[in-house]
Amino acid sequence: MNTSIFTHSKLNLVLLLLALVAPFVLYPVFLMKVLCFALFACAFNLLLGFAGLLSFGHAVFLGTGGYVTGYLMINTGITPELGILAGTVAAGLIGALYGKLAVRREGIYFAMVTLALAQLAFFFYLQAPFTGGEDGLQGVPRGHLFGVIDLSDNLQMYFFVLAIFLFGFWLIQRTVHSPFGQVLKAIRENEPRAISLGYNVNDYKWVAFIISAALAGLAGSTKTLVFQLASLTDVHWHMSGEVVLMTLVGGMGTLFGPLVGAAAIVTIQNYLSGGELGNYIHIIMGAIFVICVLAFRNGIVGQFRKVLKQNF
Amino acid sequence: MATFLGINLFGLFGQLLVGLINGSFYALLSLGLAIIFGLLKIINFAQGAMYMLGAFAAWMALNYLGINYWLALILVPLAVGAAGILMERLLIRPIAKEDHLYSLLLTFGIALMLQGMFTHVFGSSGMAYAIPEALQGGIKLPFMYLPTYRAWIVVASILVCGATWWMIEKTRLGAYLRAGTENAQLMQAFGINVPLMVTLTFGFGVGLAGFAGVMAAPVYSVSPDMGSNLLIIVFAIVVIGGMGSIGGAILTGLGMGIVEGLTKYFYPEASSTVIFLVMVIVLLLKPAGLFGKEA
Repeated sequence: MNTSIFTHSKLNLVLLLLALVAPFVLYPVFLMKVLCFALFACAFNLLLGFAGLLSFGHAVFLGTGGYVTGYLMINTGITPELGILAGTVAAGLIGALYGKLAVRREGIYFAMVTLALAQLAFFFYLQAPFTGGEDGLQGVPRGHLFGVIDLSDNLQMYFFVLAIFLFGFWLIQRTVHSPFGQVLKAIRENEPRAISLGYNVNDYKWVAFIISAALAGLAGSTKTLVFQLASLTDVHWHMSGEVVLMTLVGGMGTLFGPLVGAAAIVTIQNYLSGGELGNYIHIIMGAIFVICVLAFRNGIVGQFRKVLKQNF
Repeated sequence: MATFLGINLFGLFGQLLVGLINGSFYALLSLGLAIIFGLLKIINFAQGAMYMLGAFAAWMALNYLGINYWLALILVPLAVGAAGILMERLLIRPIAKEDHLYSLLLTFGIALMLQGMFTHVFGSSGMAYAIPEALQGGIKLPFMYLPTYRAWIVVASILVCGATWWMIEKTRLGAYLRAGTENAQLMQAFGINVPLMVTLTFGFGVGLAGFAGVMAAPVYSVSPDMGSNLLIIVFAIVVIGGMGSIGGAILTGLGMGIVEGLTKYFYPEASSTVIFLVMVIVLLLKPAGLFGKEA
């Protein structure tokens, strides 16, 4: 156990250094996109990887965060940190509502319930007057952080996004390693046993759902500031599928998997949409899904870990 | 214009008919899902894509091969069923022993690929399929105008659903199927070829979606995303009904179509969301679903 914590903190340090140097080597907007999706996938993985709950409607939390932040930034002129906070809280509240309903069913039904609830929200956002319908909310101002730091500068924005990501990632790590996280894992492994040990399983799932939803909202709020846009794409079921794919590719149930998976998928998408293969993007995403499920269920990080364990 | 208690009967019956037609498709798709779930314990996320495939197959058969509607109504479900059988044998079977969430993800990937391929080849704007000659026109009833093809959809779907229900609940083959649903291992011990039964069941369930696709081609535009939009609604219906009962799946499908039709008349703004709202209410009052067994 000691060694694994040691290597984790070492890995953390290496990644942090990379993240600090990266914007001077790579395009900052691309990196910010990766970080937003990484946070989104990490939040999703808290449910799937550590509580065994497959939500097929997580786009609604990403999108809600985005819409709330976007609307407030355009119409009230509040500072970006407050805008993001509002988006996160809104997503958490919807998460509390949806989670309460969804935890009443298990397994495959849970996935269907979350997908259906997300579609309900999609139609709501499609018709609601404040979302801009098909056009979405465009030209969202990034504003000045704490009223001081100008975020329209991409490099300053990048470090703000990095700070948000690190906060979210830290919170998830803390949650997973806390007694609460241990109970979640117990529920994942053997739910009847967790019940017989006296845990109120549904309450644990519910709280995990709220944390996951709020962090997905945080990712969505941040993404809206980065791209200065909140649109229906973020609440569409395609987006819910994408975050499942990122987590699957990276390795579900691992802390770093969703980060790696998000980086991989965003890179592939950026590469494809630039070239001739842009038309094939959904076919390729579907194929990656099929291949991962058939032959690569551990994901990149899971596979790496397995090889490491076998050889050392 | 016929009115009753201030209600425009013409409009009301019109929306009821539209609801009943949608309900027919809901019933066919949720029936297929329920049959597959019963034996394989998986949810086929590609069911919507198979419905789309059925509609496109009918369109292609007519335009490339000159196969008419009636022949397509028989051939296309068989072809889609065969595609389902291949899918089960080649892709789903190898991971049958893994967590069922993996098969959900697998079929989701297949659905994405199919939808992507058809979007790539045909574009996303939808194509028209002419109503067969024998079913053109309509009947003028005292309170509404009834297009023949729409009446045919409702009648044919109810017949197919009814026949499926009868086959499963009343015949020897159906008894095997129900027994397999309860305890597949025991069935195998009695000398029933369960793997074959699983494959054929999957093919049949998917074939129902293909049949629905052919039926839908003349009334909805044939487009790559016709299946995914429908499937999410069908998921909500499956949650409402619970997948424990074949008859329950059919009744819930038709019933929700009618509910949707009524909403379209009385409060059109909510017509796209009403089924999801019903699902919320059912989750609150009877979490196992209307026809589901208490978990």
